[in-house]
Amino acid sequence: MLLAAFTWTEFAQQLAAGIREGAIYAGLALAIVIIYRSTRVINFAQGEMATFTTFIAWSLMNQGLSFWAAFPIVLAIAFTGGVAIERVLIRPVENAPVLTIVIITLGLALLLNGLMSMIWGGGNRQFHGPFSTRTIDVGGVPVSVQDIGIVVVSILLVVLLGFFFRFTKVGLGMRAAAVNRDSSRLAGVRVGWMLALGWGIAAVLGAVAGMMIAPVVFLDPNMMQTILLYAFAAAVLGGLDSPVGAVVGGILLGVTITLLGRYVGFIGSTLKLPAALLLILVLLLLRPGGLFGRVTVRRV
Amino acid sequence: MPLLEVENVSMRFGGIVALDAVSFDAAAGEIVGLIGPNGAGKTTAFNVITRLYTPDEGDVRFDGESLFGTSPSGVIRRGIARTFQNVELFSGMSVIDNVRVGGHLRQGDQSADDVLFYMNLHSVRDRPVSDLPYGTQKRVELARALASGPQFLLLDEPAGGLSHEEVEQLGVFIRRMRDDFELTILLVEHHMGLVMGIADRVHVLDFGKRIAEGTPAEVQANTSVIEAYLGVPT
Repeated sequence: MLLAAFTWTEFAQQLAAGIREGAIYAGLALAIVIIYRSTRVINFAQGEMATFTTFIAWSLMNQGLSFWAAFPIVLAIAFTGGVAIERVLIRPVENAPVLTIVIITLGLALLLNGLMSMIWGGGNRQFHGPFSTRTIDVGGVPVSVQDIGIVVVSILLVVLLGFFFRFTKVGLGMRAAAVNRDSSRLAGVRVGWMLALGWGIAAVLGAVAGMMIAPVVFLDPNMMQTILLYAFAAAVLGGLDSPVGAVVGGILLGVTITLLGRYVGFIGSTLKLPAALLLILVLLLLRPGGLFGRVTVRRV
Repeated sequence: MPLLEVENVSMRFGGIVALDAVSFDAAAGEIVGLIGPNGAGKTTAFNVITRLYTPDEGDVRFDGESLFGTSPSGVIRRGIARTFQNVELFSGMSVIDNVRVGGHLRQGDQSADDVLFYMNLHSVRDRPVSDLPYGTQKRVELARALASGPQFLLLDEPAGGLSHEEVEQLGVFIRRMRDDFELTILLVEHHMGLVMGIADRVHVLDFGKRIAEGTPAEVQANTSVIEAYLGVPT
């Protein structure tokens, strides 16, 4: 059968699940966009960085800490780690061709993956999240508390970031540094630190996404690999340059593939990724800049 | 003592000598013109003063102290701001945000709005700069430079791409700005009418060398300047 049986309740449930999926993609896509905007580099290590910090959270919780006690510690570690990666690995090759830097991020992904296997070993781990998996009734539709929690945390994070970029001087400096480095320097913005800060913030976004999704899937060193692909797709869909686009792209993608997987029989769970990528391809043919991206025209 | 002293600065790019032992200066409160044919090294000199380039030889002193101990992002803290030949704004950001970046080292946001009023840009305060006409973008760039509260302003071809009336207004405006903010201004400009009209003193560069210096009238009468611009009669 091509189309599965349809009820509104189930549709609403699938929609909720799709939004939850999308919130995770959005978080990681946002991390990719923040680094891309300021350095024109796609960070292929974003997924592994997120998983690594999630493992740290797991270790802390194994030491007896509660999730919310471990949470700020992990974010601090992620932030420091992100800044350190920029300073130690990316800064020395700042003026190298983009491809060189991309290769470095790929190497970093492999390195982190190996380190995780070495420190924590392979195999799946149960990660106890902060939200219960029981369902509550939202307007006649049963939705899990966990799904609601993930979406709320993601929204909070996006609002916080939006506030930071809009209303703080550091946020303003980061935006300026992403657009025009020389002008930023001459306005007194310390561009190098702004870029490092971008990596720190991206690492924090990844850590949150990792800690949110780990209870849904299982924690293992490869946990984020497929999710990272979706996040890339979401970022491109949104326009790569646009933080708003990354969030909208993530949610849109999450909802689309969840609904496709459920209702279009032959797609199921195996063809979800190709189906999503096909959709994006079509969209990019129509709008080459992505949903929110701008096609740049430069005066020469 | 001059506020800015450029002393024997040489700058090479590969085999090209962009600046060849160039010296010039600007005294506090002066409007100094820096002119010369295309490729004479004017913009290179700006980039050296604002620390985007480090020259091979020579020194640049500001207020008696070398600028070479200062990073590019530290230049503005010394009171030096500039505009660019091809407008280097933060595209995609609003007018006010562009000006805010310029003034972000100062306390409070009031200064950014004050500058917008002064520059008559308040009506486009929240528009993205990329949507504005070229002449307006040039004014936004000037506003961004002013917002930092500079002592010394470098203007790289402020009249480029402006209409005849706009250039006339600009001349009046630059002088007024100098008086209102007690600025010292170094001006690179191809528009001779503008330079000769407002500069107190003019330095002429040609092929990376300074070939003349003096008041606008003196420079206009100088034979090597005429040759540099028009060629040597054969």
